[in-house]
Amino acid sequence: MSEFDRMGGVSRRKILECMTWAGTGVLWTVSGGVPRSLGIIDKAVAQEARGLTFLQISDSHVGFDKPANPNALGTLEEAVRRINALPVKPAFMIHTGDISHLSKESEFDDADRVISQTRLDVHYVPGEHDFLDAELKLYRERYGRGTKGAGWYSFDANGVHFIGLVNVVDLKAGGLGNLGNEQLEWLEADVKGRSASTPIVVFAHIPLWSVYPDWGWGTEDGGRVLEYLKRFGSVTVLNGHIHQVMQKVEGNVTFHTARSTAFPQPAPGTAPSPGPLKVADDKLRSLLGIASVSFKQGEQRLAIIDTPLQG
Amino acid sequence: MRSSIPATIRAALAAAALGAAAAGVLAAVVLPGWTQNAGSAVAIDNFTFNPQRVTVKVGTTVTWTNKDDIPHGIASANNAFSRSKALDTDDSYSFTFGTPGTYQYFCYLHPHMTGTIVVEGATGDNATQ
Repeated sequence: MSEFDRMGGVSRRKILECMTWAGTGVLWTVSGGVPRSLGIIDKAVAQEARGLTFLQISDSHVGFDKPANPNALGTLEEAVRRINALPVKPAFMIHTGDISHLSKESEFDDADRVISQTRLDVHYVPGEHDFLDAELKLYRERYGRGTKGAGWYSFDANGVHFIGLVNVVDLKAGGLGNLGNEQLEWLEADVKGRSASTPIVVFAHIPLWSVYPDWGWGTEDGGRVLEYLKRFGSVTVLNGHIHQVMQKVEGNVTFHTARSTAFPQPAPGTAPSPGPLKVADDKLRSLLGIASVSFKQGEQRLAIIDTPLQG
Repeated sequence: MRSSIPATIRAALAAAALGAAAAGVLAAVVLPGWTQNAGSAVAIDNFTFNPQRVTVKVGTTVTWTNKDDIPHGIASANNAFSRSKALDTDDSYSFTFGTPGTYQYFCYLHPHMTGTIVVEGATGDNATQ
């Protein structure tokens, strides 16, 4: 059992240890639901993972200009340069929300201009910062074509079933992230009849597991998602929102959060609030980054590699 | 918000001791209408509404100001008053409460942030809104 298994009730120090470890670029594989670490990544290991490789970026917050990172568009450009320099071209990219900071047309324009330089198909889900325009229409017009409700959908790639969920609308006072009944019923129908051996990747903005409810880092009805997916042998849940790498394995489910490309946030409980974390200028890029996810066909094997922008 | 009787008397005595113009300003302190229309401020700081619970007289305008480096938004828990636009750093939102009651609200970006505005009627009674 890894340290991550115990993160539900562990001390802050343990969480920090796990994060530091994850931050150095440990390659995780999942085989038969049992996670094991293959050690520090290198190019050879990365290239070994033939099959499906896709990328995750998150929380670009284009428009953010506060002291924690006065140029969030600039660090998104750096992330794109990293992506374009990868030894293996990913099949596509997912973006787990907070594309913009204030849902301004110009912020979405800037994000699109930079992200399109990857020349990758991008599958988006919204963050709460993407639904701040008065009519709540900009996200849906740009990224929600062909999706249901506020923007949820599924698709298949290389035998893996991908499900993009929205847990940032209709939030309730005192609550956490929220999926809602309509979306959950759609999900139940979407996975019904699929073979239990189909690898499942679920992605949404706010973590679907309870990372730290005191800061709202969890999803009220996230447990129902896991209920519908419990018969599947390989489930990977990818989230953003908390601007740091965190991973937990529970049975056949691997939960993973990606770094932001804009600014870091503090580890749970280590600051008075989850607000943007100001670090020394030369440390910032070690706390921002991208994630690469590989699935090797026939081996129920899925590896997540987090790469900081620097260091 | 309520002046104690000794303070009122002190204010009146001070007013009497001062010139006519100054007395006019100080006299306003004890007029019933003054507290009703005064503003009340709530700061949003470190993902917290401060003060978290505010009691005001009916007709009072409450102004929220965001002091965080991240946007917040004000929404009534049960749509009892209109929600704010997203408030960037140093942005403010004001709402005038014209009906007595207890108003629960939250940040619609970070719903774990909650607060309460208690609006007292002229007789001090209020119902849950």
